[in-house]
Amino acid sequence: MNESLDPRVNRLRLNNSDGSFSIEEGENWNVFEVFHQEKRGAHHEHVGCVHAPDANLALIFAKEQFGRRKKCVNLWVVRSADILAFDLEDEDMFANNPDKTYRDASGFKVMEKINKFKAQSK
Amino acid sequence: MYGGGYIYDDSGRSRQQEEQLQDDPVKLAAFEARIAGGEKIEPGDWMPAEYRRQLIRLIEQHAHSEIIGALPEGTWITRAPGFKRKLALIAKVQDEIGHGQLLYNAAETLGKSREAMINDLLSGKSKYSNVFNYPAETWADVTVIGFLIDAAAIVNQVANAKGSYGPYCRALERICYEESFHLKQGHDAFIELATGTPAQKAMLQDALNRWWQPIMHFFGPPDKVSAHSEKLMQWKVKMASNDDMRNQFLEAYVPKIWELGLTLPDPLLKKNADTGKWEFSDPDWDLFFEVIKGNGPCNKERLNVRKWAEEHGRWIRKALMREEERERTALPVA
Repeated sequence: MNESLDPRVNRLRLNNSDGSFSIEEGENWNVFEVFHQEKRGAHHEHVGCVHAPDANLALIFAKEQFGRRKKCVNLWVVRSADILAFDLEDEDMFANNPDKTYRDASGFKVMEKINKFKAQSK
Repeated sequence: MYGGGYIYDDSGRSRQQEEQLQDDPVKLAAFEARIAGGEKIEPGDWMPAEYRRQLIRLIEQHAHSEIIGALPEGTWITRAPGFKRKLALIAKVQDEIGHGQLLYNAAETLGKSREAMINDLLSGKSKYSNVFNYPAETWADVTVIGFLIDAAAIVNQVANAKGSYGPYCRALERICYEESFHLKQGHDAFIELATGTPAQKAMLQDALNRWWQPIMHFFGPPDKVSAHSEKLMQWKVKMASNDDMRNQFLEAYVPKIWELGLTLPDPLLKKNADTGKWEFSDPDWDLFFEVIKGNGPCNKERLNVRKWAEEHGRWIRKALMREEERERTALPVA
């Protein structure tokens, strides 16, 4: 018997299923990473992912999922499987080497030299 | 919307101790130091097996709660009182489904496939927030859900957003932003009934009376009987105790209910001026566990609707998926 308060449940007899049902691995398609551009001139930034059978549908789902609030002027999608990344365990290789100050503006003390020169030439 | 503050687990503690012994103690110490230092854990990081298991369970049940949680409200879209309310309700229900997707993605980064999660929902193995096993009998129920259940969920989600697992925090950040609209539209619809005709007020009071116990159940059993271990707190999987979240909710929302001239069906409900904590009658926890087991008024209907949707959506999922496009492993990276 249907006792649902939901008219759709009654109309479609959604309440009558008693058998078990399961979905197959891969039935929910592939995964795509989504990149969102907030305004022209800004970088595309990773915001999450969607499941889709192909890139075209992934873009449509990405618009629904990540473009329905706040500003958005463009979206990219790319298959998650195509992302190549470093291992997080290798994080230390990005540590700044204190010996390499020649790569930074702060590694050059021009004012000291100028001041010294000015003092000498007085 | 709604991560149930209380996440059901019937096998927690014994398994935890068992698996704990297998984790590399050096890596475990480094992992715990990282969390203690406020760092986030990312999908590729080493993590204890029990951390992974608990997170999958938590995030998966949160995702299911979003999807199932859309059902009691979704049923009122066709009967919403007026065009503006209908538009807002459609937008909210769409958000909830979107939240489900975001959370499934976060859980997938831990290695459980979307399909496996959906199957565990359909078979009854995975739970969802208990509050959705109750029917939305009138439009006033929808306003109570939109205002108070969403408010309760926000208390829980704001806490969880400060947790240790990066993908879950990022999903929650986005969710909490959308949630603020849900709360506001719910509060607005709630106030409209509360300040309306005598019939509208009576309808709202009736809904409030029926939903109060499920709302008190929402954050789970009191801390003194709750099965959650200190480990989950230390690992920043569980961010606040059930009692603390319940108190936070009562503190913020009971005055907002009372100020509209409404009452709550608990004569003992009051704030203790000395302790600053709210006091209330113990809700029926036996009933709570009965409903979790599947014996609530709507458990069967909720799962049957999901089952029907999966069954009747299969042909289109298959039609859209070209075999040459299919990947062997499909998991998000972050």
